[in-house]
Amino acid sequence: MGKRYLEHTKEIIMNMGPQHPSTHGVLRIKLWLDGETVVKSEPIIGYLHRGIEKLAEFRTYTQFMPITDRLDYVSAASNNLAWVQAVEKLMGIEVPRRAEFIRVIITELMRIANHLVWLGTQANDIGAVTVLLYCFREREEILDIFEMFCGARLTLNAFRIGGLAHDIPPGFKERVKDFIERFPKYIDDYERLLSENRIWLQRTKNVGIISAEDAIDLGLSGPSLRGSGVKWDIRKSNPYSVYDELEFDIPTGEIGDVYDRYKVRIEEMRQSVRIIKQALEMMPEGEIRAKVPRIIKPPPGEVYHSIEAPKGELGFYIVSDGSTMPYRVKIRAPSFVNLQSLSKMIEGHLVADIVAIIGSIDIVLGEVDR
Amino acid sequence: MNNEKEKIEIPENFEKIIHKISEFFSTAIIEKKFDRGELTLTIKPEFLIPVAEFLKQEPELKFDFLSDICAVHFPKEKKFEIVYNLYSITFHHRLRLKVKINEGESVTSLTRVWSGANWLEREVYDMSGVVFDGHPDLKRILLSEDWKGHPLRKDYPLSGEEE
Repeated sequence: MGKRYLEHTKEIIMNMGPQHPSTHGVLRIKLWLDGETVVKSEPIIGYLHRGIEKLAEFRTYTQFMPITDRLDYVSAASNNLAWVQAVEKLMGIEVPRRAEFIRVIITELMRIANHLVWLGTQANDIGAVTVLLYCFREREEILDIFEMFCGARLTLNAFRIGGLAHDIPPGFKERVKDFIERFPKYIDDYERLLSENRIWLQRTKNVGIISAEDAIDLGLSGPSLRGSGVKWDIRKSNPYSVYDELEFDIPTGEIGDVYDRYKVRIEEMRQSVRIIKQALEMMPEGEIRAKVPRIIKPPPGEVYHSIEAPKGELGFYIVSDGSTMPYRVKIRAPSFVNLQSLSKMIEGHLVADIVAIIGSIDIVLGEVDR
Repeated sequence: MNNEKEKIEIPENFEKIIHKISEFFSTAIIEKKFDRGELTLTIKPEFLIPVAEFLKQEPELKFDFLSDICAVHFPKEKKFEIVYNLYSITFHHRLRLKVKINEGESVTSLTRVWSGANWLEREVYDMSGVVFDGHPDLKRILLSEDWKGHPLRKDYPLSGEEE
């Protein structure tokens, strides 16, 4: 490329979104382009802002539960779990063991469902449309299980402060067992379609690399961070619920490209199957709800509780003034913080790669904008 | 309630954190609180950067991960509490760092200690109107640029026309 050629190039600014099929919602990215290469970028968010943190200040602790469903709406049960556990920590409530195991089963199924939506849409964005259909076929089964458990399929409102609303219905265990026995075979099917597919490899290998140091510095968490080789999973490092009794591995990537993040999520689904299998066997009989006062009125104080949601560290910081409504709720949404590292990942890549990279962070705009 | 009991016993690893910080910044700490298994340190705002840098770099503490920043408004006292939830990926421990400022005062930005503070501080500015000095690009993030007011202040009107 001669000098004369360069003299005639000019940096242009282009908007990607807010209405773009690959942004999974309403996300706008302002791109500074040199030809087709991204020089600089700035994600612009907030199109889906509903003021959820403000809403929390005028709801009781129980009333806020269904609103948490609307944060990350493809993994509602995980949001519910983070919320109820934060309130339980605030009040010092001990949850019965049976309820804990049921919670683990539901949230791990939720993780599989979340990763299936992610895998399907990611493959669809890159051009492998078939995978989406397979993924949604299996997700449908999980949603059927949820429907059996609580009557809802998407916005579950699955748990209650102190335990669960209902015990599992008859036939639930068998159904989950049947599903997780068949499911690993389906994962192999997805992998057969993608893992060694030449087009898939070219679109994902060495694309959107982020080093472990940069990722930690930017606050990246969850599978996206583990793709860079950081072995950090809150289920293992700061176990909540009954995760310390369950055996599972933390899959990690090596260089932190799109392909590594894909591999981590695929492996996480296998690990979730392992966890559910153990939880089903270990689940004791007994109570499903602790003795909780009819009116939830936590003592004054503050608490930060976070769980390993399918997308990363989901935390709730609650300040209580001793009344029935929280004084302040701050949601540490993994998608919001993870999206921050997008600019770093797409720098120097082609516009077409942005689609693959956005997908690989796995964001849900409901959670980004709150 | 049962907080009183827990307050007395501080687990060893938290003791170590307190000890380490007090060693270097004896004058910076205003309040230490251990409640519900979480350690909260309130420090003077002018010590924010040195304490943050120390927490991040000290090999025995290594708070390399900034989880969250939150501002809590107390309209009666005309004060803001800026709350930093820190985490160490190496040692798996948590710490809550707090600074208290008056309404209208600004805080030093932590973007040069943790790059991840960028968006978190922008969100705090957007929602509570707290200004961060030295932030590279402090502007609204969730609300539109022409929005008036900061919704997560306690005195923000819930309904009705402006003014």
